[in-house]
Amino acid sequence: MQSAFGIIKTMKNSNIIHHPRFARDGKSVAFTPAVLAKVHALILRYPEGQQKSALLPVLHIAQEELGGYLSVDAMDYVATLLGIQPIEVYEVATFYSMFYLEKMGKYVIEVCRTGPCAISGGEKILAHLQEVLEIKPGETTPDGVFTLKEVECLGSCGTGPVMQVNSEYYEKLTPGKVDKLIEDFREYANRNKPGGLSWVEKFC
Amino acid sequence: MKVTIDNVQVEVEDGTTILQAARKIGGKLVPPAMCYYSKLKGSGGKCRTCLVKVAQSSAKDPRPMPKLVASCSTPVQDGMVVQNLTSPEVIEARKGVVEFLLLNHPLDCPVCDQAGECDLQDLSFGYGMDETATEEDRREFPVIDIGENIKLHMNRCILCYRCVYTAGQLTDKRLHGVMYRGDVSEISTFIGNAVTNEFSGNVIDVCPVGALTDKTFRFKSRVWFLKPMNAHRECSKCAGKTAVWMFGNEIYRVTGRKDEFGEVEEFICNECRFEKKDVNDWIIEGPRHITRQSVISANHYEESKKQSVINPIEGTMEIQE
Amino acid sequence: MGGKILLAGIDIPGIRGFDVYRAHGGYAAVEKALREMTASEVGQEVNRSGLRGRGGAGFPTGLKWSFLDRKSDKPRYLVCNADESEPGTFKDRYLMQHLPHRLIEGLIISSYALGVNTCYIYIRGEFKYLVGILETAIMEARQHGFLGDRILGTDYSLNIYVHPGAGAYICGEETALLESLEGKRGNPRIKPPFPAFKGLYGCPTVVNNVETLAAVGPIILMGGETYSKIGRGKSTGTKLISACGNINNPGVYEIEMGLPVEDFIYAPEYCGGIANDKYLKAVIPGGSSVPILPADLMLNTAKGEKRLMTYESLADGDFETGTMLGSGGFIVYDEDACIVRNTWNLAHFYRHESCGQCSPCREGTGWMEKVLYRIEHGLGKMSDIDLLVRVAKNIEGNTICPLGDAAAWPVASAIRHFRKEFEFHVKHPETVKNIHHGALNIEEESLIPDSGTGIKYW
Repeated sequence: MQSAFGIIKTMKNSNIIHHPRFARDGKSVAFTPAVLAKVHALILRYPEGQQKSALLPVLHIAQEELGGYLSVDAMDYVATLLGIQPIEVYEVATFYSMFYLEKMGKYVIEVCRTGPCAISGGEKILAHLQEVLEIKPGETTPDGVFTLKEVECLGSCGTGPVMQVNSEYYEKLTPGKVDKLIEDFREYANRNKPGGLSWVEKFC
Repeated sequence: MKVTIDNVQVEVEDGTTILQAARKIGGKLVPPAMCYYSKLKGSGGKCRTCLVKVAQSSAKDPRPMPKLVASCSTPVQDGMVVQNLTSPEVIEARKGVVEFLLLNHPLDCPVCDQAGECDLQDLSFGYGMDETATEEDRREFPVIDIGENIKLHMNRCILCYRCVYTAGQLTDKRLHGVMYRGDVSEISTFIGNAVTNEFSGNVIDVCPVGALTDKTFRFKSRVWFLKPMNAHRECSKCAGKTAVWMFGNEIYRVTGRKDEFGEVEEFICNECRFEKKDVNDWIIEGPRHITRQSVISANHYEESKKQSVINPIEGTMEIQE
Repeated sequence: MGGKILLAGIDIPGIRGFDVYRAHGGYAAVEKALREMTASEVGQEVNRSGLRGRGGAGFPTGLKWSFLDRKSDKPRYLVCNADESEPGTFKDRYLMQHLPHRLIEGLIISSYALGVNTCYIYIRGEFKYLVGILETAIMEARQHGFLGDRILGTDYSLNIYVHPGAGAYICGEETALLESLEGKRGNPRIKPPFPAFKGLYGCPTVVNNVETLAAVGPIILMGGETYSKIGRGKSTGTKLISACGNINNPGVYEIEMGLPVEDFIYAPEYCGGIANDKYLKAVIPGGSSVPILPADLMLNTAKGEKRLMTYESLADGDFETGTMLGSGGFIVYDEDACIVRNTWNLAHFYRHESCGQCSPCREGTGWMEKVLYRIEHGLGKMSDIDLLVRVAKNIEGNTICPLGDAAAWPVASAIRHFRKEFEFHVKHPETVKNIHHGALNIEEESLIPDSGTGIKYW
C-alpha cells in the first residue's frame, strides 16, 4: 500500500507494520535568509506564546525548501525555530498525509482513489500509471523522477478522475492525457524546478 | 449537587465528573476506565469503556442525553440520573468496546508479565465474548526497548495515551509520543531514542496493559506468586513510598502504591524502582490490601476485612470481603 | 452553473479581483453592517434568516453564535472551516476559487457581529493554489480599508489569516481543526467544554463553514426576513450542491431549498440526467458520510411523497428509508455501479482518515474495511454481512467525534438497502473477482426492481 504511513501491507490482508525507524544525519540544515524572514512573519500571525501554531505552514515550507521531504534534521531545525520539542514535530509530521518522511521523486504523482473518482475511471488511471512508470503505488522510479502515490479524496469529485502532481491539479484524466503529461514531466525534469508557486510565495 | 448513579444518590461538588462521583460511591457501580487517570491532566475520553447512560440530564432539564457519554469527562449536574450497570444499552456498548480493544490485542496472557494485574484482562473477564468474531490477522509491531529498563510491546498497546501524558507532565522533555494515525498509530520515539528521564519508569505503572513492562522484572515471576508490601526509604528524588513485591525475603520488583482504582498514589523515581532490590534498602511496613477479586489474593496472607457494598441492581447492601 | 445569491456574479470576467467585485456591489454589505448596524443587530439578522450550518450538521448559525461566551475577558476567535475533504463535496473550493471576496466579506461581517479581531481561514493543504488566491484577496481588502485597523473609519479592527492544513480529513471536525490550528495532531477534543467557551487557545471561538459565512453578506443586504422566505420551511435560503458521479453535467449548483430531487437529477439546467442513458441506481446526497439510498427511495419518500432537497425531506423516514442533506456532496450511481466495491472504497477512506484516538473508530473502521475487502474480492462469507451490521452499530454513537458515525452509516445503509448485492458477492466469488462494476446485473436480472414509472431508475 501507499507510503503515507510508511509501508503497510493491508491489501494483502497481512498486518505486519514496519514503520521505518528514522535517524538524525547530523547534517546542518537551514532556510535561506529570505525564507527565514517569511517564516518569522508567519509566526507573528499567531498570538504571543502560540508560535507552535505555525507548525503546519512551516513544515510545508521546510518540506519544499529542504529537499522535498522532512528529514529528521529538518524537523529538528523546525522545532528549534518554533521553540518546541522535536517529538512534537515528529508527532505532527507523521499524522498528516501531505508530509513525506522519505526521499521522494522529483514529481510526486498522487492519484485519487476515493468513491467518486473511482466510479469515473480513477482505478484505470492508477493502473495505467503503474504500467507506464513500471512502479507500484508508494514506489519511486529508479531514475528518481517519479513517485507514485494513491491518495484519498482530493476534493475534485466533479472533474474526476484527478491527480495532483507537486500540488498542481490535473483533472478529467484519460490514459492518453496521462501519457502526454508524463512525457512533458520527463522533459521538464531536466530543466527547472517543477510545480507552480512555492509555499513561501503563496503567503503575502 | 446531588447525582444518582444506578439508584444510589451521592452529593458532590460542582465540576465533578460522573466517574469521580461513582468512585465516591465505590463498589461495583464504578465504570471501568482504561485511559482516564485522575492524576494526569487531559487524560480520558479515549477508550470508551466508561460509557454510561444519562437518563436525566439535570433537575432543570429532565430529558435524557441522546447518546451514551464518557463518564470520565462528563461533568455532573444537579439532579442528574445516571445508569451504568442498570442499563442494558450500556452493557451492550461496553461489550462492543471491549471487542474492539481486543481486536488487535494479542492473546498472549500466558507469556505477558501484566497477567494477573491487567485492566484489560479484568475487562475481558467481565464483558468479553466467549469467542472471537474476527478472522483477520492482528497488527504486529516489533518489540523494542524504549529505555534502558523499559520494554515496549506495541502489539499489546491500546493507545490510552497515559504514558504520553505521564512523560509530558512529569518531565520537562518528552521523548516519546504517538506517531502516525488511525489503526497504524504507535507509541514511539520516532528516532530510536532511549527514554532516560529519572521518572520515566512511571510509564510502566500507568500502562493499563502489558505494553510497557519493567525489564528488571520481566519473566522473573508471575505477580500472584509475590506478596506486595508497603515499604519506604529515604530518597532524594521522590517521596520513597512504594510497594515492594516479595517472594520470601527477596524483592522481585518495586512499583508505586496503587489505590482501589488502579492508580498510583504517588509517582516514584527510577532509582527506587529499578535499583533498590535489596531488602536492606527498604523499611517494610506491612502487606498491602488486595481484594478477593484479584488473583494476587490467591495465596492469602492478610487478615480478611469485611466491608459493606451496595448492590447497584437491587439497591441493597451486601457484605463482601 | 449560474448563481442566485452566493454565486451571483460568478460569470462576470475578473470577479475574483477586488475592483470588479466592488464595481458589482461588492463590500456594500460590509459598509451597511459596520456603518448602520450594531454587532447584535447583525446577529439578530442572521438569526432571523434561519441560516443553518452548511458544513454538514445543519445547526442554526444564529443559535451557534449566541452560545459564544461574551462574558469572558479573553480574546474571541472566528475560524472559517475550509478543510473541505468530504468525498463528493467540492462546493467551498469552487466558491473560494471564483468569489474569494464573497467569503472575505462574510468573514468581516461575522467577525464584527461576534466581536472578533482575529480570524483564521483553515484551508486543506491540498488546496495550495487557493491559498494564494485568498491571500491576494485579503491583501486587496486591506489595501482598500476593509481589513486592518479601524475599518472604514470605525473603531473596529480585524485581521484575517490563511492557515493551511496538511492532509487530514478529520481536521474538518471543529475541535480537531482547532487542535491542528494550534500546531498539534488533529485529534478531536472531548466535549464539553465546547469551542464557544474554550476553543482556540482556550478562548471563546466560533467555527463556521465557508458557505455559511459567505451567505452572511447577502443576508445583511437583503435582510434576514427576506432570506428566510427563500427555500422551504426550516430549510431557508439557497444551498450549494456539488454533483458528481454518473451524470451528464457534474458541477456546483446553487439551488433554492425545496427543489425536488427528481428535478435536480434530470433537469437540463442541473445534473441533466444519467450519463450514457443508463438507469439511476443509487444516490448519496450529502457527501460520502450520509446513508446511501436506492433510486426509488431517493426520488420519493416511503410515504410516496416527492423527495425534496431540504434538510427535512431528505431525512424523512429517518435512517430506515431516509438520509441527510449533509454537506451537499451529491454522488450519483448508475446501474453499473457496484455497491459493495463502492462501500469498500469508502470504508478504506474512513480507515485511512481515522485519527486513532478512540477505540471504536480506530479498530472498527479497520475491521469493516478488511471484511468488505474480503467480500468484494470473493473471499466473503454470509455471516460477514451481519458482522458488518453489528460492527457498524457498535461504532455508531460511541466515539468522541462524528467520524465514527460517518464511517458506520455508509456501511449500514448499503447493507440495509442492497443486502442482495452483498449476498451475490458471497455466492459468486469467481464472478466478482473479475468484474468490478455492476456485478449484480450480470446474472440475476430478476433482482432489478420494476420501476413502474416513466423515469428510468433501477
